[in-house]
Amino acid sequence: MTDLLVKVATQNGLITAFTVVGLITVVASTLSARLTAGRVHASAIAIVIGLVLAYVGGRLTGGSKGVADWTMLGGISLMGGAMLRDFTIVATAFEVDPRHLREAGVLGAVSLLLGTIVPFVVGVVVARCFGYTDPVILTTIGAGAVTYIVGPVTGAALGASSDILALSVSAGLLKAILVMVGTPLAARALHLTTPRSAMVFGGLAGTVSGVTAGLAATDRRLVPYGALVATFHTGIGCLICPSVFFLIVRAWMS
Amino acid sequence: MIYGTAVLAACYLVGLALGEWLGTWMGIQANVGGVGLAMLLLLIARWFSRRQNADKPLLSGVTFWGGMYIPVVVATALQLDVHKALGAGFIALIAAVVTVLACGLLVRWINRHEPTIASIVSEGSDGHD
Repeated sequence: MTDLLVKVATQNGLITAFTVVGLITVVASTLSARLTAGRVHASAIAIVIGLVLAYVGGRLTGGSKGVADWTMLGGISLMGGAMLRDFTIVATAFEVDPRHLREAGVLGAVSLLLGTIVPFVVGVVVARCFGYTDPVILTTIGAGAVTYIVGPVTGAALGASSDILALSVSAGLLKAILVMVGTPLAARALHLTTPRSAMVFGGLAGTVSGVTAGLAATDRRLVPYGALVATFHTGIGCLICPSVFFLIVRAWMS
Repeated sequence: MIYGTAVLAACYLVGLALGEWLGTWMGIQANVGGVGLAMLLLLIARWFSRRQNADKPLLSGVTFWGGMYIPVVVATALQLDVHKALGAGFIALIAAVVTVLACGLLVRWINRHEPTIASIVSEGSDGHD
C-alpha cells in the first residue's frame, strides 16, 4: 500500500506538491491562530516552515534543491520554480491601481538604483575585509549581495572560480531568506503601509522572491507594487555589475 | 476561466520575450524586467476589456492565479538550498546581514513620511486600496 502511494505521488509530482503545500498552509494557519492569535501572518509561518523543511531536506539528501531532492517531492521544484512563480506574480498585477504607479514612478527608479549600489558596495567591502584583493572575486561577491541571480551571471561573465560563485549565490540566497522572514517583523519600522512604500521597498530590497514573500506575509495587497519594481532588479544588476562596477573595483584595487 | 488564464499566459510570454530582447539588445545574458513588462501588459489588457465591458470572464481566470501566488512562494521556499546557504561561511552571512540592515535603514528613511500601520485601517476603509 505504501509502495503504491509513493508510486502515485512520484508519478504525479505537481499534484503531490499542491497537496504538500496545502498541508503546510493548514498547519501554518492553525499555528498562527492558536499560538499568536493571528498576529504573525499564516503565510509568514508557512514560508518559515518551508525554509526549515528545505534545510532538513538538503541536510538529509545532500542535494541542492531542498525537499525537492526526494523523488516523491520532485514536483515542488516545478511548483516553486521560476515559471509558476513569475506567472503568478504577473497575475497579481490585476490588483494594481495605475494611479499609484504614476505617483511613485521616479521614487521607484531611484530606490532601484540605490538597491543595486548599496548591496554591491557592502558585498565588496565585506569581501575586502576578509582579505580578498582580486577584483574578479570582489565584484562577484558584491554582485551576489545584489541578488542570487546577478552573482553567478556576473561571476560567469568575469570568469570567477566555482567556489566563489557558490559563495556569491549563498550571499544572495541568505539575503532573500532574511528579507522573507524579516519583512513581516520589520514592517512597522519600515512604514510598509502604502503602494508607494512597497515600491520603495521592492527597489531597495531587491530579490524578487524575498520581496514578494515578505510583502505577502505583511499585507497581500502590497505584493504587486513591490514585485513590479523588484523584477527590474536582476536585469539592472546583470547590466551594471560585470561592466561599470567591475571597472570601478579594478581601478580601486590597482 | 481559460479566457483569463490564456490572456495572462499571453501577457507573460510577450513580456518575457520583450525582456529577453532588451537583454540581448544591451548585450547581457539576462532578462531585463520581463516580468514587470508582462505586468504592465496585463494592466493594458484589463483596461481594454473594461472598456468593452468584458472583464468578468477575464477576472476569474486571473484572480485564481493571483491567489496561487502565496502557495507557490511556499513551494519556492521548500526547494531553496538553505543547507548550503547557511554552511557557506561567515563572509556570505555577514554580507547578507549588513546588506539587509543597510537597505532596511534606507527604506525606513525614504518612507519616513508614510503613515504607520495604524493608519492603513482607516485608509483601507476609505477605499483607497
